Amino acid sequence: MTPEGFAQLAILGFVFFMLLNSAAIMVYVERKVAARIQQRMGPTLVGPYGLLQPLADIIKLAMKEHLRPKAADPILFALAPVISAATAFTAFAVVPFGAETTFFGLLDQPVPLGVADVNVAILWVFAVTSMGVYGIVLAGWSSNSKYSLLGALRSSAQMISYELSYGMALAAVLVLAGSMSLREIVDSQAGSWLGFIPRWFVFLQPVGFFIFMTAGVAETNRAPFDFPEAEQELVAGYHTEYSSMSFAMFFLAEYINMVTVSAVATDLYLGGWHGPLLPEWLGWLWFLLKLSFLLFFYIWMRWTLPRFRYDQLMAFGWKFLLPLSVINLLVTAAGVLYFGA
Amino acid sequence: MEPNLILFYAFAALAVVTSLLVVAQSNPVYSVLLLIGSFMALAGLYVLLSAPFAAVIQIIVYAGAIMVLFLFVVMLLNAPKEDATQAAIGEARATRVIGGLLAGAFVAELLWALSRSRTMAMPGPMGARESAWSVGEIGQIIFTKYAFAFEATSVLILVAMVGAVALAGRHVAGKRPG
Repeated sequence: MTPEGFAQLAILGFVFFMLLNSAAIMVYVERKVAARIQQRMGPTLVGPYGLLQPLADIIKLAMKEHLRPKAADPILFALAPVISAATAFTAFAVVPFGAETTFFGLLDQPVPLGVADVNVAILWVFAVTSMGVYGIVLAGWSSNSKYSLLGALRSSAQMISYELSYGMALAAVLVLAGSMSLREIVDSQAGSWLGFIPRWFVFLQPVGFFIFMTAGVAETNRAPFDFPEAEQELVAGYHTEYSSMSFAMFFLAEYINMVTVSAVATDLYLGGWHGPLLPEWLGWLWFLLKLSFLLFFYIWMRWTLPRFRYDQLMAFGWKFLLPLSVINLLVTAAGVLYFGA
Repeated sequence: MEPNLILFYAFAALAVVTSLLVVAQSNPVYSVLLLIGSFMALAGLYVLLSAPFAAVIQIIVYAGAIMVLFLFVVMLLNAPKEDATQAAIGEARATRVIGGLLAGAFVAELLWALSRSRTMAMPGPMGARESAWSVGEIGQIIFTKYAFAFEATSVLILVAMVGAVALAGRHVAGKRPG
């Protein structure tokens, strides 16, 4: 195997490891931020500043008894969390997070920072996210419990509704960049206007960014769109009957999906690893910074906004967000046609 | 064997086995899932044919959108498992004869098409035929050469949709106009 091949494998392992860890970090950050927003302290007992709390949580989850309702469908009940977690990981496979690098001259040929560079990357993310619905629907159905089924139905209705706006927002960026490869889209955002405004698509596509983030929150089933697990109505929604590590997999999938949506948003709208001040080989720091900001935004939103009502959610998705995204796409296409790409 | 060929046989076997199981096993929910598996395997074959765009669209449209609706219907109707013996008694002989004839005709058609095809070799690896996946080119062809077929299909789908709404909403319309 060539050194470049080894480097690719190392990057793959690194991404997998970091995605697993990101869930743990996000749980900690979420609890801390939530606590601060509500004037509490959050976890403080395990480790300094409660930093080892996620580790304790994982050990607790792993030690729990694995329960399965008697009336549940055994195969699908086991399969559903696997689908959820697997699609969450798979979507990230095409997300690049840094410029090409030779690792300080270690390699002869530069390798791109990212697991795979596919020329239909945007569509890949879209396709894999749409497969994630099955994890939730099957979890709800196979549990054979009314709360789970209602949660799953709500969730899939919500995800299908918002997927359309999500796709339309993606299409607008695609028209603007003239490419479906995420790496090429990021590279078309390099440089700046007038010397100080970075050429990020968020400035050309503010409406698109808004649509993408809103639909992204709905896709990941986070507050204020967390209907699938509305505690007050549905106990815990689609994963009511799950315990132990199979519950942990749904949990993991939710946080990884958040990271993926934020990473894709960073690549599409915020210029990926391009930014002022830092040299090119430190670009991944910019990526990390932007990603962290978006993730913080997610948490901030969850603890600030109350949940919508279900009919409001559907009306908002179909009567406001979808027409808006269609107009956005048409205006973008007209603009590209008029001014040139 | 070259890796592409191994992948081809793997995806092909997966597609055939899952498709057979869709019909052969009796739980409707499993059937839907196996059909999704079959679509995935087909998408894999498209990638091997250097058509990743078709592959991804296959997953988005068929596996992602259409099958979710199928799953919804099966789940909400709570379709019971088919009982093998019951099905055997309930089915008329004519159904089997017609079904068998249609299947035979389809196999004959497939064999005929295969025997006429001269290029049985595998296409080159990814990137050998760059134009096959170019979205721009697909768009150009759809809206110029095949514009009529494309628009006619859209109208057909619209008609089907309107028909479905009309059928489903008939009893409501009688009671409450608008």
